[in-house]
Amino acid sequence: MSVRVESITKRFGADAGRVTGVSGVSFEAPSHAITSLVGPSGSGKSTLLRLVAGLEQPDQGRVLVEGEDLTRVPVQARRLGFVFQNYALFRHMSVFDNIAFGLSVRGASRKEQAARVSELLELVQLADYAKRLPDQLSGGQRQRVALARALAPRPRVLLLDEPFGALDTQVRVELREWLHRLHEQTQVTTLLVTHDQEEALELSQHVVLLREGQVEQAGTPTELYESPRSAFVASFLGGAQILKGQVSEGQLQLPGQELSADVDHADGAVEAFVRPHDVRLVRADEPGGAPARVERLIRVGGFVKLTVRLDSGEVLQVQMSRTAQLDLGVEAGDPVRVDLGGIRVIARRGYSI
Amino acid sequence: MSHAQAPKGALAKLLIGASLAFVALFLVLPLALVFVSAFAEGAGAYFEALADEETWSAVKLTLLTAAISVPLNVVFGVCAAWLLSKYDFWGKSALLTVIDLPFSVSPVIAGLVFVLLFGSGGWFYSALSAADVKIIFAVPGVIIATTFVTFPMVAREVLGVMEAQGSDEEEAALTLGASGWQLFTRVTLPKIRWGVAYGVILSNARAMGEFGAVSVVSGHIRGETNTMPLHIEILYGEYNFVGAFAVASLLTLLAVVTLVLKQWVEWRTARAARGFEGAPAEDSLEGQRALLGGAP
Repeated sequence: MSVRVESITKRFGADAGRVTGVSGVSFEAPSHAITSLVGPSGSGKSTLLRLVAGLEQPDQGRVLVEGEDLTRVPVQARRLGFVFQNYALFRHMSVFDNIAFGLSVRGASRKEQAARVSELLELVQLADYAKRLPDQLSGGQRQRVALARALAPRPRVLLLDEPFGALDTQVRVELREWLHRLHEQTQVTTLLVTHDQEEALELSQHVVLLREGQVEQAGTPTELYESPRSAFVASFLGGAQILKGQVSEGQLQLPGQELSADVDHADGAVEAFVRPHDVRLVRADEPGGAPARVERLIRVGGFVKLTVRLDSGEVLQVQMSRTAQLDLGVEAGDPVRVDLGGIRVIARRGYSI
Repeated sequence: MSHAQAPKGALAKLLIGASLAFVALFLVLPLALVFVSAFAEGAGAYFEALADEETWSAVKLTLLTAAISVPLNVVFGVCAAWLLSKYDFWGKSALLTVIDLPFSVSPVIAGLVFVLLFGSGGWFYSALSAADVKIIFAVPGVIIATTFVTFPMVAREVLGVMEAQGSDEEEAALTLGASGWQLFTRVTLPKIRWGVAYGVILSNARAMGEFGAVSVVSGHIRGETNTMPLHIEILYGEYNFVGAFAVASLLTLLAVVTLVLKQWVEWRTARAARGFEGAPAEDSLEGQRALLGGAP
């Protein structure tokens, strides 16, 4: 059940406050895959999901599921499962009744309901919790009930709106793995809204990166990560740092620095990016790289984060394992040399040679 | 809730003493006096006064009025609250203000408005008299005036509850395929039931106790258009103190019952709210892990 959104536009009035609109957004979410709609807050990703669900009406554009135009179909008839960030469980109903709701409103018999609900309780590993009220569950459990409730009527597409946003980090990471396994079992086409780039890269086969209500870039996680088409994409995914430079004869020159790198790009002014873990540091007395000094060094568990100032004035964030740092033998204040071999040029959208 | 630092020593005693004296003087004493006066000539005279035919007719009319105006207010109140909390439309704030109108207008003026509309010489008088329908100085007028003054009670209460709870559950129900009616009966109504109950109690109390608006439209016809408050006034005017206070004691009992019910509903509401907010006491990682780890 592929989902296609065609140049959809939704504007909110000035009094709508913090709700962001979208303008002219098109993308396609392939069948049986998880597609992430990712972007910073205010990028319109939740609005987009609500437009697909039918909870908002677009000003322009169309929503198609498996080729069927759903734009004018009311929410109730779309048969899409929606999971809300704050769970939105029916507080006065037991876990069982919550999950059965979508079946009972469609007139399923008690027997059918019971069978399907116990199947889903098994799937979300809450078999012993059927009689509990949502208030008696933890956040992670509630979110799994919400997921089971959305899956119960066998939706054509599953829409997840920041499903783990309200949970603490550890539960979130575990639920993420769990969702991955669940998706492998159910194979439901899924649209996942998240502001967490790690969640998007880890869970999805397809990523749509949004910025200020428009698609910045769409593709596989690897495509976006390896070949970002703008500085925004590069820095949003993987926290790349952007350096301005000049390409001449296949060599990238960064101003005021003796370092250069081989790149496959036409001559001219470019933006290049390098991620903190792609910057290599070497000892100051070894050859190669540009001279610099470690300004700050923070240890985060098995990693160290370094702030390095090049002699030319540029500041770079560098990340390496604690072991690598010990091998290198640098501490805050030490001179080092920076090897920017991992730097890449951003191939701009619409760029032509 | 933060507890402000309690005043200490003499000041505290002075403040507490003053408050208690005030409560005793203005609240407890008058209430006690109602019962003392009602039983001034003994229990026999009290029950005799209550057994009076006109008194009974007043009690019946009061009950009838409440039985009609309260359900009307529930239906209107829930609809209005739904409209105001779920939809944005032009004139929304104007409607909010209009709903509060019966609170801000003096009940006597409210009564007069209906006299001007339905009374002799009023806008609808000729049409109504042609159809042989009498509203002013008749039971319908009493009911209409009562409904008017109690109008905002349920709407206000339910609106507050709906706005506090948001529309997330309704949206979830929609995505699960619920029709409008299923949505209302199975999701919204259970959510707002304590708000409705609270509104019903308040509007019932007001409906039974309303004097001003009803006084203007009723015409004080004994045995026909007198409600309990009106009847009390008449008896009192006739120096029938036992009779007046006997009926007053009934209304007072009603007030006490209302207060108890109100307390109970407030307690239930608070409990429901507490359960909602303080719920995930144990977002236990271990529990999560045990469950997740137990997956095949």
